[in-house]
Amino acid sequence: MKLHINGENVEVPSSISSVTELLAHFELQDKVVIVELNHDILQKENHAQTNVSDGDRIEIVHFVGGG
Amino acid sequence: MSDRYSRQTLFTPIGEKGQELISRKHVLLIGAGALGTGNAEALVRAGIGKLTIVDRDYVEWSNLQRQQLYHEADAANRMPKAIAAEKRLKEINSEVNVVAHVMDVTTEEIEQLVQGVDLILDATDNFDTRLLVNDISQKYQIPWIYGACVGSYGLSYTIFPGKTPCLNCLLETVPLGGATCDTVGIISPAVQMVVAYQMTEALKILVEDEEALRNKLVSFDLWKNQHTAINVNRAKKESCKSCGSHPTYPYLSAGSHTKTAVLCGRNTVQIRPPEPKKLHLDQLAETLKKQGGEIDLNPFLLNFKMGDHRMVIFKDGRVLVHGTKDIAEAKNLYHRYMG
Repeated sequence: MKLHINGENVEVPSSISSVTELLAHFELQDKVVIVELNHDILQKENHAQTNVSDGDRIEIVHFVGGG
Repeated sequence: MSDRYSRQTLFTPIGEKGQELISRKHVLLIGAGALGTGNAEALVRAGIGKLTIVDRDYVEWSNLQRQQLYHEADAANRMPKAIAAEKRLKEINSEVNVVAHVMDVTTEEIEQLVQGVDLILDATDNFDTRLLVNDISQKYQIPWIYGACVGSYGLSYTIFPGKTPCLNCLLETVPLGGATCDTVGIISPAVQMVVAYQMTEALKILVEDEEALRNKLVSFDLWKNQHTAINVNRAKKESCKSCGSHPTYPYLSAGSHTKTAVLCGRNTVQIRPPEPKKLHLDQLAETLKKQGGEIDLNPFLLNFKMGDHRMVIFKDGRVLVHGTKDIAEAKNLYHRYMG
């Protein structure tokens, strides 16, 4: 499956169906993240039931503590 | 001296009027590490009226790769960061009123620190302090600018009370230490990029050009060539306890305030006494020497090495116990030597 993530074209396994699975794929499952799917920001509680599909434009920002 | 700010006033969105505004503003900068030194230098060069800089740590050799105000002597002498930064900043621009505090910022300190402040800049390394800053910002309606970085990644967001969502809206939960502790290193351009984002937003706020604010959560990875900006206005929550319709400022309540803290990625535990003390470090040095430890001392702190352990004791009674992440072990050592 081809996704457009943070401005780049990225190929991810087609077994990934939800935003939660996508975050796990990028090892972001333990991070606090903000996800935008096709220009709509998602509520965190909806990550598990929100599907991703070929061609989606996704922005992922994760919070870090360092400074 | 008269053309000191000429290149900045020639920049139309600032101009002479903006410069005059900058020269009357007071910024509180929390943290004097990588982001703190970058922002502090930029603010002081820009001619900020007053800069208050607060930090709880001292300069180490590993800081010199990216913490731009410090040099080798600061690391060799273990100078408190706030003090070393103040000295350098006053050399850069003697017109600026620079005030430095060597302290850990919790509830009591932040209430004092924000008096008369126009803008708070975040240069901390932890979410406990950031959520404290976030609550005080809402309570007194002072804007603040979040910034953070790790590796080649960084992000920033400007929180404007009454307009934007706050950090508590965006996070929902406090990120766990392990998920954000920075053990993967950092390259200086990632720091500089975050400083650039924070400082530009700061200048907009200081010259009161709110129309120009970015209004987006921005992030980048310089090594992976990625850049993202998300409009997060929809994340603002009416029910938010920090910025919603019935705020309780949960992180300002004394309960949230910890007496011990594991310093991120540092293998170090900080222990604070219940009340700040005024220690006589030279007397303490004598006592500790009798116990057989190695001591060295500067006017601000005492470094004490005993066997495998090392403790740094500040005048206000705070102790950094190095070589452990275990709070119980750190407390043990603290009580053994500090009573």
